[in-house]
Amino acid sequence: MKMERCLSFVIYRPVLDHYFRSTSNDSEDTVLRFITCQSLWSQIKSETEQIQEDMNKQLLDNLVSFLSRSHSDFQEKTTEWTSRMKFREIPTAALVLGVNVTDHDLTFRGLSDVLQNNITPYVALLEAKDCPGIKNLMQKLMGQLMNCDIDVDSLEDEDCVQVSQNKIRCSMPSLISWYESVTKKTDSETPSEKRNSSSRHWQSPPVVVVFKDMESFTTKVLQDFIVISSQHIHELPLVLIFGIATSPMIIHRLLPHSVSSLLCIELFQSLSCKEHLSTIIDKLLLTSHFPFKLGEKVLQVLINIFLYHDFSVQNFIKGFQLCIVEHFYSQPLSVLCCHLVDIKKRVYSLSHDQCENIRRLPSFRRYVEKQESGKQIELLTNDSFLKEETEKLLEDLHVYHENYVSILRCLHVFTSSLPKYPLGKQIRELHCACLENQVWETNEYESSLQLARMLNKTDLVTMLQQCVEILVSSSGKEFDKTVKHLKEFLTQFQNLEASEASQEQDVSVSSQKELQKKTDLYHLQKTLLELKESRRSKKLTKFEMLRFEVVDYIDRLVRKYLVPAGDRTLHEIVYFNAATVLRGHLNAAPRTALHTALNNPHWYLKNEALKCDGGGISNKAPDICIVYKLHLECGRLINLVDWLEAFSTVVTAAEEPNGDAASSDQVDDIIHARFIRAVSELELLGFIKPSKQKTDHVARLTWGGC
Amino acid sequence: MPNLDHPAYPADDLFHLESLVPCRESQVSMLLSIFGERQQFSFPSIFIYGHTSSGKTYVMQTLLTTLQLPHVFVNCVEYFTSRLLLEEILIQLQNRSPGTEQTSPVHCDTLNDFVRLFKQAVASQKLQDETLYIVLDRAEQLREMEANILPAFLRLQELTDRNVTVVLLSEIVWELFRPNIGCFEPFTMYFPDYSIGHLQKILSQNHPPEYSADFYAAYINILLGVFYMVCRDLKELQHLAALNFAKYCEPVVRGEANERDTRKLWKNIEPHLKKAMQTVYLREISSSQWERLQHDGGEPGQLKGLSAHTHVELPYYSKFLLIAAYIASYNPVRTDKRFFLKHHGKIRKTNFMKKHEKTSNHLLGPKPFPLDRLLAILYSIVDNRVVPTANIFSQITSLVTLQLLSMVGQNDQLDGPRYKCTVSLDFIRAIARTVNFDIIKYLYDFL
Repeated sequence: MKMERCLSFVIYRPVLDHYFRSTSNDSEDTVLRFITCQSLWSQIKSETEQIQEDMNKQLLDNLVSFLSRSHSDFQEKTTEWTSRMKFREIPTAALVLGVNVTDHDLTFRGLSDVLQNNITPYVALLEAKDCPGIKNLMQKLMGQLMNCDIDVDSLEDEDCVQVSQNKIRCSMPSLISWYESVTKKTDSETPSEKRNSSSRHWQSPPVVVVFKDMESFTTKVLQDFIVISSQHIHELPLVLIFGIATSPMIIHRLLPHSVSSLLCIELFQSLSCKEHLSTIIDKLLLTSHFPFKLGEKVLQVLINIFLYHDFSVQNFIKGFQLCIVEHFYSQPLSVLCCHLVDIKKRVYSLSHDQCENIRRLPSFRRYVEKQESGKQIELLTNDSFLKEETEKLLEDLHVYHENYVSILRCLHVFTSSLPKYPLGKQIRELHCACLENQVWETNEYESSLQLARMLNKTDLVTMLQQCVEILVSSSGKEFDKTVKHLKEFLTQFQNLEASEASQEQDVSVSSQKELQKKTDLYHLQKTLLELKESRRSKKLTKFEMLRFEVVDYIDRLVRKYLVPAGDRTLHEIVYFNAATVLRGHLNAAPRTALHTALNNPHWYLKNEALKCDGGGISNKAPDICIVYKLHLECGRLINLVDWLEAFSTVVTAAEEPNGDAASSDQVDDIIHARFIRAVSELELLGFIKPSKQKTDHVARLTWGGC
Repeated sequence: MPNLDHPAYPADDLFHLESLVPCRESQVSMLLSIFGERQQFSFPSIFIYGHTSSGKTYVMQTLLTTLQLPHVFVNCVEYFTSRLLLEEILIQLQNRSPGTEQTSPVHCDTLNDFVRLFKQAVASQKLQDETLYIVLDRAEQLREMEANILPAFLRLQELTDRNVTVVLLSEIVWELFRPNIGCFEPFTMYFPDYSIGHLQKILSQNHPPEYSADFYAAYINILLGVFYMVCRDLKELQHLAALNFAKYCEPVVRGEANERDTRKLWKNIEPHLKKAMQTVYLREISSSQWERLQHDGGEPGQLKGLSAHTHVELPYYSKFLLIAAYIASYNPVRTDKRFFLKHHGKIRKTNFMKKHEKTSNHLLGPKPFPLDRLLAILYSIVDNRVVPTANIFSQITSLVTLQLLSMVGQNDQLDGPRYKCTVSLDFIRAIARTVNFDIIKYLYDFL
């Protein structure tokens, strides 16, 4: 964990230092912004780590209990008949972790920490790329195990020398003798020494070998390792953990029955990454703990990358981190993006430049336009008045957030139980919809209200109760009245139950009687029709009336509190909205960028001379661009001679428009050399390659525009 | 009257040996006659083969230890390089007698060194006038070591000029060993599979102390009746017998039946064993889970096996990439136009409908396709516009690491890599269903 944190700062610190401190006069609070950014990120970081730990807890607990169970007979050394007759299988945990491979590292680190604290000091983590053969696997395994032993009792220096791993033969017997020696050592230790190592572990703790990426291991290596270790299971209590990204079927695909019958496989499944993301969004974004917020487009970019591309929660958090850094770097007013307690101090210490920055904010300009003229002048000229107003507005914004989150959750309670989920099943979808624009204007909202008006009573009552719980637990201060209102609804529903029961019975009994009276078919039909008519035009029951009221009330709440953030004054200070910047960083399109650079060099070089109209080729462009554009017009195979001719035509065209025919026959040596260089550059970039099909031809490796 | 008879060894030992190796008496007596007396030179190399768990290793080990013949026993899977193997033989040789504790680590890189060190070791252990046996288990691994290892072991007696016999144990026939340059032919010997009668006899031998031998033999009989069709592996059968015996005894323990009530016991155990065949035997659920289930009296249905978890969650574009890869792998290239071009023309369609090859592409297996074709299909099957971002390319790579795609001829990345789709039709249909894509409509085989 510590390493990770250091790393992230190593990456960002120089950048931040450079950008934040480069301006000599600190009129835009760069230092303060930098500090704020850092403290905010460290808060968020620890929060996410906490979440991660909580989410993995269940899985790790299960694994720990499995491991402690796995070699219980090794501890007791039973001589019972069944245990003697049974074949000793290697206990194996198949750990299904999902396809988000980038997240696995953190899980494994947590796992090995937990194991080392609770079960055994002997944990080895193996990766497929380190183990192309059984030899490398054994080397890696022994290196890790014997080093970890040194870590545990680093006091005994002479033993460290003894196990320098290069000299040791990489075979199972040396591993076993090592294991015997370390376990014996803990036995013979004096009681005082014993406390630090063996109180947490048993006398002969199992040796845990984790295969991090089961899919990538070759069949041969795995088979050999399992066969070897199953022969020594009596001397070395080994436990295997397979990290599986796809499905546990991979075990049967990789191992034949003769090998898999040596294992005693139990399945463990980690939480799905989508649930993980929901929790992260819930705890990081839908909360008023952190002053920094993501705009709709930015959030959409991050979620899209997650859902469409990688399923990686770590990448989501990294993206979030990038948003924070980018926001604090690019927005001078982000210095005000802090907790409520600090706002007053920071607002009053703003410089004149910063005040001008506030006045330039579009949302603030809209706000000023709405004020009466006297106040307008004050706002635009008087800095201290502006600061007072700013503080008030920021406080308003803060209150808005608190209310927003609570009401959003209430609305989610309703929408998440509607059929077909017109506003989305997850709260993040609802959040995006609300951030984007006024949610009550959308068709989806309309249809969900329609559906809500058809809910049955029990559902409605439970939803209302949930809403009451959410509002009571929220930090917003305005909700006392709302809670009272909702509770009133609830009591009304309860009263209904009593009165309705009696009424209902009356109606049914009377209609029953009527039906019984008339036996004639024609009359029966008539009465039935009448009954149907009356039911259609019948005025609403009390329950229906109440249901309408409830839905209308919720609608009113939504209209009041779920105003999109873009409409709020000063939202630019806390909302990060630069989605294009983020997309450029996180979802780079190398092919497109390369194509743009070669096809339209003006885009990057910013040279007016290179500006070309339409499909024409300017001869002032770099050679490689000309060659690239010419090659776009060719088919799969390109004739080099034709290409060279076209190149020299383009290059010489503008230089001597009326050049004599004699010189154009013979290509200039310099042009020839330039052409060859440009072509080899293209080859280096992977656009073409030499072809063996035809002499003097090269093959194109790309197709279409990009 | 013991069947085994040899003047060189005491009759007691032979009698004990015979009781330890049931159903292998003829092989043991054959081996004894080849070995001869202790000081006599034996055949230089013996090759023993037979199916899995036909008692090769067990018989050799029991024979050598019971008669206290000097021997070295090495598993070739465990010592995966020639150096490790040779060193291990020397170490075992040095550690034979407890008095001479090994002092310096052995270093032996080549066979030449081995022969020299071997002679030293034999001399120091005073084994000159006794035959030393070197048993190499799983000898098929020797073929993967240096080319000189196997021929040298076969002629070790000649090379070292000492009284030594090398025994090779393997599951495959000698013909697959023979190097093309020729070598010394070992004496080959075949261990046939145990018949059902043999299995019955061997398994019944180790009955639990609380129950009579007859009772256990009846149980083994039922067990073999269920499992003999699918499994003849002695080890596995023994394991299964131990796992399910508690259940068999249940009626007796509860007092509902006595030990002679075979029919009642059979009725109790038979469905249980059938269930075991579908679950524990296939390693769908582990044996410890099975035992716990038995103990709690739960139904095995409530515990899902490994193959129940086939569902794989993938990111949206990965799903489409996989679908595109599947289409590219199983459709001929020329049909792409018909599937993905809007105006492919009516006349052509009828031409295409005539299948040139009658064989289904699904029977032939997936074919490799270049990256560009994959992307082209991807762009045409995804509804909205796909930007070829770095993420898309890395997704292809991660599909390869997940073994859902496999790369063909990975030497030239610039050349345009080629892939194969390795997932099954059922899998891809399940994936396609989650994104509402009717993949069957796009497969040439199902036209």
